[in-house]
Amino acid sequence: MSDPTNPSFRQRPLDSFFQQLVNGLALGSVYALIALGYTMVYGVLRFINFAHADVLMLGAFSAYFLSPAVGLVLPLPGIAGSLVVMLISAAICAGVGILIEIFAYRPLRGRPKLTVLITAIGVSLLIEYACQHRAVFGAATRPFPTLFRERNLDLFGVTISSNDLVVVLVTALLLTGMWFIVHRTRVGIAMRAVSFNPQAAALMGININRVISFTFGLGSALAAVAGILYAMKAPGIEPLMGIHPGLRAFVAAVLGGIGNLPGASLGGLLLGLLETFAGGIPGLSNYRDAIAFSILILILLFKPAGLLGKSSVEKV
Amino acid sequence: MLEISGLEVSYGAIRALHGVSVRVPDKAIVTLIGANGAGKSTLLRTVSGLAKATAGTVRYDGEDITGLPPHAIVARGLCHVPEGRMVFANLTVAENLRMGAYLRRDSAGVAADLDYCFETFPRLKERISQSAGTLSGGEQQMLAIARAIMGKPRCLMLDEPSLGIAPILVRNIFKQIVAINRDRGITVLLVEQNANLALKISSYGYVLETGRVIRENDSLALRNDPSVREAYLGG
Repeated sequence: MSDPTNPSFRQRPLDSFFQQLVNGLALGSVYALIALGYTMVYGVLRFINFAHADVLMLGAFSAYFLSPAVGLVLPLPGIAGSLVVMLISAAICAGVGILIEIFAYRPLRGRPKLTVLITAIGVSLLIEYACQHRAVFGAATRPFPTLFRERNLDLFGVTISSNDLVVVLVTALLLTGMWFIVHRTRVGIAMRAVSFNPQAAALMGININRVISFTFGLGSALAAVAGILYAMKAPGIEPLMGIHPGLRAFVAAVLGGIGNLPGASLGGLLLGLLETFAGGIPGLSNYRDAIAFSILILILLFKPAGLLGKSSVEKV
Repeated sequence: MLEISGLEVSYGAIRALHGVSVRVPDKAIVTLIGANGAGKSTLLRTVSGLAKATAGTVRYDGEDITGLPPHAIVARGLCHVPEGRMVFANLTVAENLRMGAYLRRDSAGVAADLDYCFETFPRLKERISQSAGTLSGGEQQMLAIARAIMGKPRCLMLDEPSLGIAPILVRNIFKQIVAINRDRGITVLLVEQNANLALKISSYGYVLETGRVIRENDSLALRNDPSVREAYLGG
């Protein structure tokens, strides 16, 4: 029998289930935020922006360099200071994302999608290896500054890390904001219009390039925040840190139905949960990716367009 | 108001328009008839900036607008309702109409025009929060026209509004085109395969054949022209 007053006996199966659930949700939240960027860009330009994963890394590095400066003005670790760090990093990355689009992708507008895709891989490698140069960030792993003082919270007998809670809360906030932008604002509706039919959107007076810039900016800002949240839980940051979560988020976007915004969030959460629970199976934790991706392959076998994707674009 | 002169357009090696000239006077309804592949849609697409001209000019209100991007042309009050309607099927009817008014800042004027659109096409009001992809072909055409009106155009270019629509709705839509022209003083350039109806509501007409204007005249005269009757009006 477990004794609730003795911490060493607290780990009941149900507790561990809830802890894994929170872990999974936190990891999935990060994937969801990144996946939104992939899926939004795919929505308006129909290609996968592989450099997106590196924008995430740049977000984490922005926070790394900003924290000491912000720490002079606002207490860090602390909520206000962290929010300022996140906001400035998001703004920097939004700018980076917009510049990548203007210089790398815009000149290729109207060219075969494969050309753009290869360019995206090129941009990704360029950022990764340029940043590994010692004149930039260097290849070494750096410790990420503490933004939020981590505490273990006791919620209904389940111990969860406050950082996990922060990740889930920030993500929930951003997803709500995204929903609002995409469904309630002029530029958000224009994004959906461009995604459905760029020519018809142009005939409404929508400046397509401006909407595309906005899309890149928004996706990159989300990636920056995701990068910071990811770095908070990672052992440290380095220029290749974006590859792992980036690849998973890309899979999450496909799983949810590429081009579909709720799909990307759902796919991200699902993938995070699958990975965490698969990793929690005793003796099989080394196979967690194999298990998670096998389940994904199964889902895609039955729903090739993704969970929320339409099997074909409605043509009228 | 709209003056197209010597317009030439090529798709790769294929020339779609060989020096087409069309004049649309202020507040008139002018129609452009012709068979499939005559270049009617290409002409409108070039005027609205979706396609690029290799030669010739488009003047609107005396200003040369050749080669401007589509959004700049819409901003000048020249709206194009494309062939196949191209409503945003993933957006609701209300969102489609809001996109039509994308460039406008006068919310009072937008609200008034929305009322006008619902008066003209009451069906759209019934379906306001439905996604546009669920509308029938005729309703989508109504939405496409209403969406263009929301942009407060002074000149409207309509590409085949009768295409794939039930005959009873076609009559209604044409009636509304006349009403829009009369009530709002919007100049209309109407491209149609349904030459009979198009010539009935227009004052002047052009006949386009394989990228050239082969005939132009008052619509009434064209309707009585034996060669036009034989080729386009079914004898």
